[in-house]
Amino acid sequence: MSTSKDTRRVPRLAVWKFASCDGCQLTLLDCEDELLSLAVKVEIAYFLEASSAVGRGPYDLSLVEGSITTPEDLERIQHVRRVSKHLVTIGACATAGGIQALRNFADVKEFASVVYARPDYVATLEHSTPISAHVPVDFELRGCPIDKRQLLEVISAFLAGRRPVVPPHSVCVECKARGNVCVMVAHGTPCLGPVTQAGCGALCPAFNRGCYGCFGPMERPNVGALNRQLRELGMSTPELVRVYRTFNATEEPFRQASERAEEAGGRE
Amino acid sequence: MTHKTIRVGGLSRVEGEGALTVRARDGRVTGLELRIYEPPRFFEALLRGRSHTEPPDITARICGICPVAYQMSACQAIESACGARVSGPLRDLRLLLYYGEWIESHALHVYLLHAPDFLGYESGIAMAADHRDLVERGLSLKKAGNALVAAIGGRPIHPVNVKVGGFYRVPTRRELAPAAERLRRAREVAVATVSWVAGFDFPDIEHDYRFLALSHPGEYAILSGSVATSDGEGFDVHEWPAHVTEEQVPHSTALHARLDGAAGYLVGPMARYSLNSAQLSALARQAAAEVSLGQYCRNPFRGIVVRAVEIVHACDEALRIIENYTEPDTPAVPVEPRAATGHGASEAPRGTLYHRYRIDADGLIAEADIVPPTSQNQARIETDLLHLIEPRLHLPKEELTALCERAIRNYDPCISCSAHFLDLHVDAQ
Ligand code: SF4
Ligand code: SF4
Repeated sequence: MSTSKDTRRVPRLAVWKFASCDGCQLTLLDCEDELLSLAVKVEIAYFLEASSAVGRGPYDLSLVEGSITTPEDLERIQHVRRVSKHLVTIGACATAGGIQALRNFADVKEFASVVYARPDYVATLEHSTPISAHVPVDFELRGCPIDKRQLLEVISAFLAGRRPVVPPHSVCVECKARGNVCVMVAHGTPCLGPVTQAGCGALCPAFNRGCYGCFGPMERPNVGALNRQLRELGMSTPELVRVYRTFNATEEPFRQASERAEEAGGRE
Repeated sequence: MTHKTIRVGGLSRVEGEGALTVRARDGRVTGLELRIYEPPRFFEALLRGRSHTEPPDITARICGICPVAYQMSACQAIESACGARVSGPLRDLRLLLYYGEWIESHALHVYLLHAPDFLGYESGIAMAADHRDLVERGLSLKKAGNALVAAIGGRPIHPVNVKVGGFYRVPTRRELAPAAERLRRAREVAVATVSWVAGFDFPDIEHDYRFLALSHPGEYAILSGSVATSDGEGFDVHEWPAHVTEEQVPHSTALHARLDGAAGYLVGPMARYSLNSAQLSALARQAAAEVSLGQYCRNPFRGIVVRAVEIVHACDEALRIIENYTEPDTPAVPVEPRAATGHGASEAPRGTLYHRYRIDADGLIAEADIVPPTSQNQARIETDLLHLIEPRLHLPKEELTALCERAIRNYDPCISCSAHFLDLHVDAQ
């Protein structure tokens, strides 16, 4: 947010918001110990949640929060891409469409009529879509919300011109590392940990709770095997459908899992 | 006839996106619209068909700044539908979690979003160039709040440990000890914050507000209570739909709320303080008295002082709860679903947050209704802006815009739950 002229060589950071809860960009302000030193290394040129200074583009790194849900945002994301050297999406809304993508499985007109007496006043698209559906994305950081340490890693990696080191394995691996007992084995608690991308540090199991998949699917998850286990633990078809339809419902493995469960349920 | 259009970009340091259009003729404002164009996310629609156990996690995602508020109002609404009650040490833990969010959210607003207005900086980070110690102090306060939320909830944003009926796992005394250590320092910082912000220059503006806030016989209401208003008429939370109605206005995706048919009441720190200040902790009352805050606050610019006082209270009460904490025997009370409607309200940092759910016999949600603080305050903010702008129409547009932005930021509108760009249009004829 420094606008002084001697900061020309300093890389310029922008933070953008689309349909979202602001939680992922707040994660940057939640880096209480690192924020002020970061503000020296980069010029936070555009970050409306935090500053009224509006530095013009181009920007070296744009962090994009939120999904595309309105006609104007279809155009705004093109602008963001044009003015950004690197574009990184932050959080489930931006990488997968977020909880608001549940409309993709329903009729948005009916949805609007439930909330608004005059849905015609409200401009909205039929689907909530991730940023990558509209423009090339240089990196996707997952989580609802994103993890602070991972955010700092992504920012330093892009500033240093390298790929961020973000593990591709499942939450299960983090449970082992943390020394959690497995909630499925020990308590019979249904858990999406085996198919969910790591990053949170296996938070839910540390609180005796099954993972609910807020970081989205890991690479090549074995969803079929998990589903058999979840059914053995007593989950019904509608419960299976719901468990995959939350913050990352449109991610391919989760979408397929919920649709297959739905089909199987239809045959039952 | 002269026709003048002023456009200014950037309602910053609020959550969401907004624009302000003002039409004026012969020095009188003839129309004023604060437009909120946060893209609609249809929570009330997507909640239908979900299990009664899911609203705390789903509605938390309405707002990343006050997820605990959403979780608490949601839990209480569902518990009331199912005839369950969370009391004693479990209720204390909920309070503790909520105090953490108040400290975090208020510290963010006071230090990073609002104080820069009074000191002439574009942001808290820019302010750090000249006042590093102050900004660091604010960040440490914020961190104490976040650490408390994380100690109980697992993480500061969208805590994972909240469930209908209580928690998945309750913290041990040892797990709370580091949070308490931070809170003791935070409480001192909070007291210093009150005298610091009370020394700012406040425009001499007072409004005749109609206030609404929860009120509780035993405490400065935050987690629960019945509804109190400055009209003198109070009502129970389950009577909310009979008193508060929401209507849609063409210029906004946030609905506008009316209280007993009339628009323009106010929720939030000034309302809470003015209705309940006698119940603040002794230290918070003393901090308020030392800066002569009085029993009521009707100057919206002074809202920052009230927030600071509320931080003192939150630190104080949180410490009291931790000192008396013994682990509850069970992390949650059982909540058996039944076909019923439940209402729940709590005091989010920005004001009263109401939830209502109708649940069917299978425990699925048939209907959901959520009334966030922003939709309740919007009409009142428009009135404030009108009073502010009308005598100052002659001002240069930059000055007028800056003043309007400040007036809006006074209310810390969390426009996620219902503004980032203030595009000020003044059509003067
Ligand atoms: S991904 Fe989750 S935390 Fe991030 S903006 Fe979306 S709803 Fe909020
Ligand atoms: S355990 Fe799963 S649901 Fe819980 S925080 Fe981690 S990724 Fe999210």
